Amino acid sequence: MSLHIQVKHDRDILIVRLRGELDHHASEQVRRSIEDELAQGGFSHLVLNLADLEFMDSSGLGVILGRYKKVTQLGGKMMLCAIRPSVHRLMEMSGLFKILPTHEDERSAIKACGVAS
Amino acid sequence: MKEVGKNFMELRFASKSENEAFARIAVASFVSQLDPTVEELTDIKTVVSEAVTNAVIHGYEEKGDGTIYVRSEIEGKRISITISDQGVGIADVNMARQPLYTSKPDLERSGMGFTIMENFMDEVLIHSKPGHGTTVHMVKHLKSRHQTMAN
Ligand SMILES: Nc1ncnc2c1ncn2[C@@H]1O[C@H](COP(=O)(O)OP(=O)(O)O)[C@@H](O)[C@H]1O
Ligand SMILES: [Mg+2]
Repeated sequence: MSLHIQVKHDRDILIVRLRGELDHHASEQVRRSIEDELAQGGFSHLVLNLADLEFMDSSGLGVILGRYKKVTQLGGKMMLCAIRPSVHRLMEMSGLFKILPTHEDERSAIKACGVAS
Repeated sequence: MKEVGKNFMELRFASKSENEAFARIAVASFVSQLDPTVEELTDIKTVVSEAVTNAVIHGYEEKGDGTIYVRSEIEGKRISITISDQGVGIADVNMARQPLYTSKPDLERSGMGFTIMENFMDEVLIHSKPGHGTTVHMVKHLKSRHQTMAN
């Protein structure tokens, strides 16, 4: 079981879709792909689409929090969307939703990035 | 909910991050003979992933040449899982258990591993000795489906 990462651009929003299982082994790959994209410039915001993420453990929380710090330091927003119940439970327990906004689907997450805060 | 007799399985594997998925899937498929709910199975996969990852990252400091040992026992509705390493050990177990505590913040650790194990399992015991290694022992009692539906 591995992780597949799909990257998309929408204006200044980087959209990353994760499919499969996000653990310590896969987290390095996620960190690197997102950092590489951000390094190219032109992005302010990050949307993580977790619709097809079937499993995640605390290593996933670590990599998500790491990207959140990076994006917000640069003045951007980060949004999560389409979280499955099992992953939602872990995030809820860890208090992730106190800092990271979540949306039903990718469209509403993208829309929320454009709203001035 | 099936009632099964006493059964066990054991695994020994190299402390490589590739084996994190192998370990959680192996334990999940062993305990599935108890017919757990999807949620219970996710709990099991998650805690195995947490403990094995800790052995890889902290116990053996990502050197990849250590051995991780996993044993799971099932009886009735009870699942017990033991995960051991012979790595660096933990000097202060009480501090290590605290939510958000991590000794490796530079590696983007969340410090939530032990908190997750304690939340998803009914019992979590940690034995550790610096320089000798760490053993995490966890127990979960599955709920009877009929009971859950009646509630
Ligand atoms: N098997 C182990 N061997 C040595 N140290 C460990 C082990 N498991 C956990 N620890 C220590 O306990 C701390 C907390 O673990 P955990 O809650 O899983 O958080 P994290 O893995 O994100 O650091 C770790 O940072 C580490 O210092
Ligand atoms: Mg951990």
